[in-house]
Amino acid sequence: MITLEELNKIREKAQEKMNLRQSQNATRVVVGMATCGIAAGARPVMLKFMEEIQKRGLTDVIVSQTGCVGVCRLEPIVDIYRPNEDKVTYVKMTPEKVSRVVAEHIVNGHPVTEYTIGYVEGQSQN
Amino acid sequence: MKELSQHILDLIQNSISAGASLIKVSIVRDGDMLIIEVDDNGCGMDADAVAKAVDPFFTHRSTRPVGLGLSLLAATAQRCDGHIDVHSEPGKGTFVAATMRYDHIDRPAMGDIAGTMVAMIAGNPNIDFVYRYDIDDDAIIIDTRQIKDALGEIPINHPDVIRWLMQHIVEGSAVK
Repeated sequence: MITLEELNKIREKAQEKMNLRQSQNATRVVVGMATCGIAAGARPVMLKFMEEIQKRGLTDVIVSQTGCVGVCRLEPIVDIYRPNEDKVTYVKMTPEKVSRVVAEHIVNGHPVTEYTIGYVEGQSQN
Repeated sequence: MKELSQHILDLIQNSISAGASLIKVSIVRDGDMLIIEVDDNGCGMDADAVAKAVDPFFTHRSTRPVGLGLSLLAATAQRCDGHIDVHSEPGKGTFVAATMRYDHIDRPAMGDIAGTMVAMIAGNPNIDFVYRYDIDDDAIIIDTRQIKDALGEIPINHPDVIRWLMQHIVEGSAVK
């Protein structure tokens, strides 16, 4: 049975690490979640980001969502903002791609170029 | 939309776009009928907008003149011997209810409702959610205001809290 009391334990444990999670230095993962994104599979992508971040114990990464980004045919779209770096836009995301983006971009700082909007759009024009 | 939970996610997105700070989601079986309700305290719509709400070529968005969310839900409800109701008042909020026959052969599966609620609660830490699921033997009510009180200064989107929410919601609302 899961109860609200369990939240107190989580609270105590989390307090020790709290100072690490400061939003101004956090990496933000923003998932497009309008009708187009939802129909294309944005929800499992967002949940996979949450799962990977939790699994790796990344306390300085925040997953949030936004509405329609405007390029519905490339949904699910995910923007990643690392502190002091340009935004990187990933398109046609899947839960399978998320693990690599978390490992290579969020943890190690190297964007996964072939999943980004510039690369995918360039390919489709050739 | 393949799943009812995707429709629900879409309704929640409408509430978020309307600037709601409290969103109540209810999924209840009443006899033969499945009733899905999303109630928010967002900016609301005037009578004219409510009348056009299920028109796929009406939207408040400025990027393009198409708004499919409510019209897709209305189509789903109608093909399952149901309908949708939209009540709204500017400044007060919007209430959307979709009613459909629970055992209708065309009723989409509920899908990942637990994932939907967790993604919305964790992805929108400044919005409060009341989630009620009551179908057959599975029943759960979650109020994020209570959870936030219990957590104090720990944010509701903390990874350990997200895991707790997931377990709690999955336990209460079995995916059917």
